[in-house]
Amino acid sequence: MQNITRKHFIRLVPALAVALLAACSSTPDNSSDLASVDATGTSGVPKLSAAAMAKLRDPNSPLSKRSVYFNYDQYDVKSEYNSQLQAHAKFIASEPNARVLLQGNTDDRGSREYNLALGQRRADAVKKQLVLMGAPESQIESVSLGKEKPKALGDNEAAWAENRRADMLYNGEY
Amino acid sequence: MTLRTFLTRSTRGLLAALSLITLIATPAYAQLNVEVVGAGAQRILVAVPNFGGDDSLGREIAAVVRNDLASTGLFNIINTDTLVAEENSAVDFAAWRSRGADALATATTSRPGGQIEVRVRVADIVKRGTLGNTTVTVPGNSMRLAGHKVADFIYQKLTGQPGYFSSRIAYVLKQGNGPTAQFQLIVADADGQNPVPVFKYNQPIISPAWSPDGTKLAYVSFEKSKPVIFEQTLKTGARRAVASFRGSNSAPAWSPDGSRLVVALSREGGTQLYSIALATGQATRITNTSGIDTEPAFSPDGQWIYFTSDRGGSPQIYKMPAGGGGAQRVSFDGNYNVSARPSRDGRTLAFITRRDGGFRVATLDLATRQVTVLTDSQRDESPTFSPNGQMILYATILGGRGVLAAVSADGQVRQKLSAVNGDAREPAWGPNR
Repeated sequence: MQNITRKHFIRLVPALAVALLAACSSTPDNSSDLASVDATGTSGVPKLSAAAMAKLRDPNSPLSKRSVYFNYDQYDVKSEYNSQLQAHAKFIASEPNARVLLQGNTDDRGSREYNLALGQRRADAVKKQLVLMGAPESQIESVSLGKEKPKALGDNEAAWAENRRADMLYNGEY
Repeated sequence: MTLRTFLTRSTRGLLAALSLITLIATPAYAQLNVEVVGAGAQRILVAVPNFGGDDSLGREIAAVVRNDLASTGLFNIINTDTLVAEENSAVDFAAWRSRGADALATATTSRPGGQIEVRVRVADIVKRGTLGNTTVTVPGNSMRLAGHKVADFIYQKLTGQPGYFSSRIAYVLKQGNGPTAQFQLIVADADGQNPVPVFKYNQPIISPAWSPDGTKLAYVSFEKSKPVIFEQTLKTGARRAVASFRGSNSAPAWSPDGSRLVVALSREGGTQLYSIALATGQATRITNTSGIDTEPAFSPDGQWIYFTSDRGGSPQIYKMPAGGGGAQRVSFDGNYNVSARPSRDGRTLAFITRRDGGFRVATLDLATRQVTVLTDSQRDESPTFSPNGQMILYATILGGRGVLAAVSADGQVRQKLSAVNGDAREPAWGPNR
């Protein structure tokens, strides 16, 4: 079947196609039974103090590190992230108003919904680690972006590796 | 924009070329490229002269009808040039037979009270009789819908199966990349014409699902920094979050009676299936594994839910009773079988299988367990059956761009619908209107 597809087909001369297109009129239906709307999104997260925000953004603090990377088809947090996650767990425990959104991501191969579930597994793994390290569970929400918001574009291992990731977002950042 | 059409050479190559002219003479909002594969396929030769009555309306509607019929690959359209034939005109069976016609559709159009009315008759040229006649009435601004409904009738008379041309499709159009990307949820006619963005935002939209009556779409929007399921009434644009629980909310599937949505939620950790009663919003958990359970789809009789689970170590398709309980594995070949969608007769699943590193559209005959891989592409996603089960629409990547394509359930016919300016993805085929 596939061979037949490639071997036998007639390609129409583009000029002919253009001439035929020009020769006919078109009347689209007025789809008055379809309304168009826009989103109105707000997240309703409490505010964090300026001092706390400054700590999170200090480039010399491990709190400025917000990403956790995973190996191919892996969902366990690697031990190299222990000190980074410990700093975050301590911060979250010390700031009752801190709210963390953990967004899991995947590379762009395969089903969107299945990838969404795989990204969730990554975010859940980071959340579990933070809670084990003393962060209150109620302050952390783990969600997934699946393959929908790739940080790196491209069909290569470097891009795929960059997208096998969970990110930590704090108040005002989502 | 240009429209290129490919047709395989067949024993009726000349007639195929004539039908192809009909395809090209169609206004193109989204490009419709029709590629019919399978030399020697038995096609019905049908003549659809311009409709009488209101001549300019009749010409436009007849063009829509010819385009619909030709796009299936089941018919060759006999060139009738500028000939006009009224619904009740006398049929010269010998003359039509000498032109090769198996069937002839004649029709008369009018505009009573601001509406469009088409009276149509289908004649069997071989047996010298009438196959049936009907009257189609649509609002005055819906010329193309009139054509689609007439094409549905002709298709039904000639194949014994209902047509699908009056149905609509939904899909997501992505424009741009990175932080400036824009996403639109589009609803269009089954042929890609009349596209209307029913929702747009600068965050992703996935998994649109039609309510069984075609009046609403459920879909997943990332507008709140995470996946949330919305339900939108198409006529009014009214939308509400139906699943906005802690964690991710995704993969909506309507029960056939429209009363429930089965969804994937991560509110208790992991990704598990829940059944939400739309009247109360109450969510009941219906799977209980430590793994992933997602991508639910109801069997047409509402008794079963097909879904994707990795409980056996790799993503496979399972089925369970609609209220939850003992699941049985349905897919066995290979280590990646996902995104199952049943045909409306409940006999076949369309799904995505990974073969030789490529993600491909396949069907599974539920009675015989026969798996048929229908495509040879690399990145197919999200298969969805036409209302009559003849075609499977899916998303794929072609030349680096997201396009929608369709393949007939028997693999013989292929179509491509490519968006003019962006990546098309996430198709969902709705019911007939």
